[in-house]
Amino acid sequence: MHAFLRAFTDPFYFRQSLPDVWSGFLINVHMMVVAEALVLVLALLIAIVRGLPGRGAKPLRGLAIVYTDFFRGTPLTIVAYMCILGLPSAVGFLKNTSSTELGIIALTVVYTAYVTEVYRAGIESVHGSQRMAARSLGLSYFQALRYVVLPQAIRRVIPPLLNDFIGLQKDTAIIGAIGVTEAAAQGNNFAGDFYNYTGFFVAAVFFVYLTIPLARFTDHIIRERELRERAAGV
Amino acid sequence: MSTNGNGSFVSVEKLTKRFGDLEVLRHVDLDVPEHNVVCLIGASGSGKSTLLRCLNLLEKVDEGTIHVDGQSLTDGKVDVNALRRKIGIVFQAYNLFPHMTVLQNVTLAPRKALGTSRHQAEAHARLLLQRIGLEDKAHEFPDRLSGGQQQRVAIVRALAMGPKLMLLDEITSALDPQLVAEVLNLVRELAESGMTMILATHEMQFAREVADMVCFLDGGVICEQGPPEQIFTDPREPRTREFLARILEAGRM
Repeated sequence: MHAFLRAFTDPFYFRQSLPDVWSGFLINVHMMVVAEALVLVLALLIAIVRGLPGRGAKPLRGLAIVYTDFFRGTPLTIVAYMCILGLPSAVGFLKNTSSTELGIIALTVVYTAYVTEVYRAGIESVHGSQRMAARSLGLSYFQALRYVVLPQAIRRVIPPLLNDFIGLQKDTAIIGAIGVTEAAAQGNNFAGDFYNYTGFFVAAVFFVYLTIPLARFTDHIIRERELRERAAGV
Repeated sequence: MSTNGNGSFVSVEKLTKRFGDLEVLRHVDLDVPEHNVVCLIGASGSGKSTLLRCLNLLEKVDEGTIHVDGQSLTDGKVDVNALRRKIGIVFQAYNLFPHMTVLQNVTLAPRKALGTSRHQAEAHARLLLQRIGLEDKAHEFPDRLSGGQQQRVAIVRALAMGPKLMLLDEITSALDPQLVAEVLNLVRELAESGMTMILATHEMQFAREVADMVCFLDGGVICEQGPPEQIFTDPREPRTREFLARILEAGRM
């Protein structure tokens, strides 16, 4: 046990590795923030496309299904390899894109597939009578979606959405295994230099510190909104 | 105001609606003159709700024609959204938007579908809410309101669009008995103000009082129609008599 603690949580190495791991962690934060913003928007678009009514929209719906099936089923590691190693040579204008940016593409592509399903579940959980009531008032399909269905759907899926985002935050470390010196990669470098794994522990602490406030923040949003809806006008 | 050939505001001819193999409406004919109130009565599953939903195209019509205010709904050229702005419908389950306040519920469609300014829409909504005595609930969310209050807000939400026709689909069926009166009073006021209305209802006493015409539906056909006095005191069809006798037994009259 003692040896284990020394190997992973040695106070001396903790201080030693801190600056490097921290600078790596900033790359994790960068990847995570950009990818999450992109995922939020893209997944919503694909979820909407997947729900489009009518025969004319069938090819679009089909594309959305193929996309989610494919990228939900493919391990992130493989997508990341394809993006970081493959994209620069395959796609001309990505030739000089940094590995960090390519890693963001990989994270976005994979997590968009997950989050599309989360949105879709939310949209389907809104009872059809809500959409019908909106349409009966003369609102168009997209107005009913925008003002009646989506606001209810999105607030219902905030917790599972957060769950996927915590997953995404952690998976930024996978990008580190493919040449981006983020926090976990810095920990690994440190381990190679000093035969001590405390750098990994430091990185882990950073990751945990990042997810806890996010979880509490979501709890706060949910509670706040409930209070407002119950207490309004009392 | 424009009407079609026979002077009716609403004119339904040979309307047929199927769900799969099941014919829920069969060759239904119905004419409603402007400012008239028509009550649809009949057992659950007789096609009352489906008929109302066909009238603002919430259900696709399989056969037959519908004209409202001189406009054909069934020739495939109708602008569904524009049509629905003229026809208000209120549902049994209120279907208020739970994430919006009462005021937002009432102003959403005028603002987004008609392009009314927020200021104007809210002023109009407050006036309507005042009329039903709920102006102090403007900033409440629907789940803070009683069923009767919610249903009155739902009626006002439909009225805010300035409809020429109101369709009411068993709007008191989900209410506690002591809350029914406040909703029916509002409907009565609407009828007195000259609103053209078609309502599906189980409130026979009320139908008798407000209706210009009562239609008894059975198995997807209008089995008998006539003035309320005749339908309720001297029904000609055996099936109408049978239905009314059962209602009487249940103490609902």
